[in-house]
Amino acid sequence: MTSGLAGLTASEIRRRVAVREVSCEDVLREHLDRITAVEPMVDAFLFLSADRALDRARRLDATLADGGPAPPLAGVPVAIKDVLHVDGLPTTCGSRILEGYRPPFAATAVARLEARGAIVVGKTNMDEFAMGSSTENSAYRPTRNPWDRERVPGGSSGGSAAAVASRMVPLALGSDTGGSIRQPAAFCGLTGLKPTWGRVSRYGLVAFASSLDQVGPLARTVEDAALASSALFGPDPLDATSAGEPLPDFARALEGHAAGLRVGVPWDFLAEGVDAQTLVRFRESLAALESAGASVSGVALPHLPHAIATYYLVATAEASSNLARYDGVRYGRRAPGIHDLGGLYGETRDLGLGAEVKRRIILGTFALSSGYYDAYYLRAQKVRTLIRRDFGAAFSGCDVIATPTTPTPAFRLGEKTGDPLQMYLADIFTVPANLAGLPGLSLPCGLAHGLPVGLQLLARPFDEETLLRAGAAFQKETRHHELEPPL
Amino acid sequence: MARVTVGTVEHVARLARLSLTDGEKRLFARQLEEILAWAESLQALDTSGVPPMSHPQDARALREDEPRDSLPRESALGQAAEAGDGLFRVPRVIG
Repeated sequence: MTSGLAGLTASEIRRRVAVREVSCEDVLREHLDRITAVEPMVDAFLFLSADRALDRARRLDATLADGGPAPPLAGVPVAIKDVLHVDGLPTTCGSRILEGYRPPFAATAVARLEARGAIVVGKTNMDEFAMGSSTENSAYRPTRNPWDRERVPGGSSGGSAAAVASRMVPLALGSDTGGSIRQPAAFCGLTGLKPTWGRVSRYGLVAFASSLDQVGPLARTVEDAALASSALFGPDPLDATSAGEPLPDFARALEGHAAGLRVGVPWDFLAEGVDAQTLVRFRESLAALESAGASVSGVALPHLPHAIATYYLVATAEASSNLARYDGVRYGRRAPGIHDLGGLYGETRDLGLGAEVKRRIILGTFALSSGYYDAYYLRAQKVRTLIRRDFGAAFSGCDVIATPTTPTPAFRLGEKTGDPLQMYLADIFTVPANLAGLPGLSLPCGLAHGLPVGLQLLARPFDEETLLRAGAAFQKETRHHELEPPL
Repeated sequence: MARVTVGTVEHVARLARLSLTDGEKRLFARQLEEILAWAESLQALDTSGVPPMSHPQDARALREDEPRDSLPRESALGQAAEAGDGLFRVPRVIG
């Protein structure tokens, strides 16, 4: 076990800071020491911001010494996926095309954490423009899974997951377009929450697929995920799609009462392709929920087998439009020595974008192009409606839907890089929540082949309270979230 | 089902303003054909009368259209590869 302050949860750090048992600077320094020791083995970060962090920690300590109240995240070191803008730090999005970019504004999600006393220690590695399931598509370097450094940490928020799992920070932000918080959380033994679409402002989040993208926390416990959510959730005048729905009662959720909770399981959807040990852990998880007072029954989600195809058409179409902005004109790198505008666009994008990003732009542009729009993009949007209707019907008979987060534990570095379709198929259980706009939570549910796997719970739109309540109940019944990788 | 040739990829790459190498064109043609073949299952579904879904929220919040401060011009231009006279500079567009 990691000893000292770097082994603590965010909630425990805040508690000790609030009673002035430790200073924010002490907390930060122990985490920076941990980063110095462990980061060379994991490669979770693209940039560290120790000076900025120390400055902020000292200023907060001065306020606390004057008797000021401790804000809800006082002194909690956090890592930010490099897809979100932090005031004064670069944003690359894992891409060469944004190398050297300094955003002139901060993401609302980050600003909300910092306003509540969190201390940003750095920006974490990711698949380029969040396109990937392994963090191997980073233009800079791969990140390693702290449980087995020959394996991927998952993606695209792989750096954030590896940073939390290796105790370099207790909390990190990720973004989830098709599973990019939940899948790396599962692969690294963490608790990861993708909130309902609209729950967290996307202002300052670099856009991948705007109807699917959502910001959320990676943490070790449901309690810490709830703590982060209490800071992140809520409307933002700078994001017109952020929602003003009532906020969850986080304290009530964390009591973790599962009595009467109805858990639905789409057994048909799990019949094939799930690793046997992963399925055993999943069945044990259902039993744990039952012993906490929940009831488990089957649900039908007949269109889920079409979710991956639907997702990869919708997401790439939106991405092809969103990524048109990288043209070498307003920001980002520009190809040198080109004297016509069309050539400038083409060469800039060829130099700056990696293979997976190009592949997705090509697929998305194809799906939107004249002659193919109806058969691909429009049809995918209609199937998306069918998938959402499936969930609406299923939730009439249950409160949460449970699946494994992934069909297998973390795969080896390089294992799937040559076969994009195999990489896409690994997202089978996570993409439906993004298509339907549902909140999803991944919880550590034990080890398969010595590696962590996750239990995924989905709930109705804006019902994160039930999701966190079920998660808290699960973590009262189990100790899986206390397992630590052998670094 | 759609047959993806190098010509298809070249056409789409032009639309997307991507310059691709010959190797990339051949690779993407093969991979896109695989991905689309796999996505063929969508064509068998009955979607008659089903409305397309563009985003998850039915009700959209509209705000008053009031003037607000925006990013200062210097900040907006500060990240450009080339700027001058308060403008972004690009290669000549019209001969």
